[in-house]
Amino acid sequence: MAQYVTDFMRYAAPTTTDEAVELLQSDPDARVFAGATDLIPQIRAGRPEPSLLVDLKRIERLVAVSHNNGTWTVGAATPTSALTANPEFSAAFPGLSEASGLIGSDQIQNRSSWGGNLCNASPAADSVPALVVNDARAVIAGASGERTADVADIVTGPGETSLNDGEFIIEFLLDDPPAGSSDAYLRLIPRTEMDIAVVGAAVQLSMDGDSVASAKVALGAVAPTVVRVPDAEAALVGSTLDDDALAAAAAAASAACNPIDDKRGTIQYRRQVAGVLTKRAVQIAAQRAKGAN
Amino acid sequence: MPRTHVSCTVNGDEVDFLSSDETSLLNALRDELGLTGVKEGCGTGDCGACTILVDGKVNCACLMFAPEAEGSSILTVEGIAQGDQLHPVQQTFLEGAALQCGVCTPGFLVAAKALLDENSDPTETEIRYALAGNLCRCTGYDKIIRAVQEAAVQVNGASK
Repeated sequence: MAQYVTDFMRYAAPTTTDEAVELLQSDPDARVFAGATDLIPQIRAGRPEPSLLVDLKRIERLVAVSHNNGTWTVGAATPTSALTANPEFSAAFPGLSEASGLIGSDQIQNRSSWGGNLCNASPAADSVPALVVNDARAVIAGASGERTADVADIVTGPGETSLNDGEFIIEFLLDDPPAGSSDAYLRLIPRTEMDIAVVGAAVQLSMDGDSVASAKVALGAVAPTVVRVPDAEAALVGSTLDDDALAAAAAAASAACNPIDDKRGTIQYRRQVAGVLTKRAVQIAAQRAKGAN
Repeated sequence: MPRTHVSCTVNGDEVDFLSSDETSLLNALRDELGLTGVKEGCGTGDCGACTILVDGKVNCACLMFAPEAEGSSILTVEGIAQGDQLHPVQQTFLEGAALQCGVCTPGFLVAAKALLDENSDPTETEIRYALAGNLCRCTGYDKIIRAVQEAAVQVNGASK
């Protein structure tokens, strides 16, 4: 029989978070997974070699989506296709919905999840900048119970997270966007589809009439982790999104980049594009926010 | 080597098989169940040659561990014809010569069927996006797109 990966991996599909926590405590070389769209190629490439594969998709909370009392709760293993196909969710968070829908083909969309996209900790993860500008929090399970952390604090470097050994994300929490606010996410890839971001730019704006009441800007694929750009946010707040404010925000975004130089984009190119995408995403978010007024 | 007993429905039949835990569903379908219509191209979810439907949704069989199939309903290219009656996409791929080497074809057929199940009157753009997860290195895509368009006409004709 064609041997797929290394021998001696065990598969487990717990149905409660407690069971999953116990399994992870029982084996330091265990790995959790949701869609496995990153894990399986990594195993095939020889790293990592987990002894226990813990499938989180049979735990109800991990695949549940609900909206109660002004807060969305989204299971960390929920397929992104279920979010993009959810009209209420996509109307509330159009930029986050678009970012989630950019992760791979339809085949991948039926497996990819926020939990996986975040914890795989690729600097180019499309959903992460959009989660960050929407102040998403992650509810994390571990041996000492549950804790909540800001999504912005989870990834610490390429492939590295602040999760402790044996911890995993159960679900994400998102508060309803305030009236008069909206979001947008744009990314650049060299092809028209099916590629990894050279730059991703997420923006969340609250408008007060024609002027910006609050702004959040986060960039992906231009540094080891997603970068918030406070200088761009400061340039936008109080402005009417005139040319000077947009140019200042774009310049701040370019300056915030600390990108790699690779075959998909040079440092100079990524910096330039980060500014352009930031400006365009601001304009889209503003249009949407005004529509939501 | 740990082995797990898996029960699921494949192409309408209830099946049971034993699978080593780290085996992909792709290898289980091919080696345990003899469904060699499911092809391995890249093995990393990029090419779509192993596209199957899991509970009606397109998935890459290479990106699933076999035990994940427990309790699910799976459709492979072997299951899309009705007896001797080819599915419209199979017929139009034949008539339009929308294949050369044929390795990508089962994945395209399953993905195209899934598209037409959800949207029987797709635009060309919708077809191209729906098939963006399937790569063909022989024909280029125009014949494939035209075959799906023609199949959509037949599906629509049948339902009207």
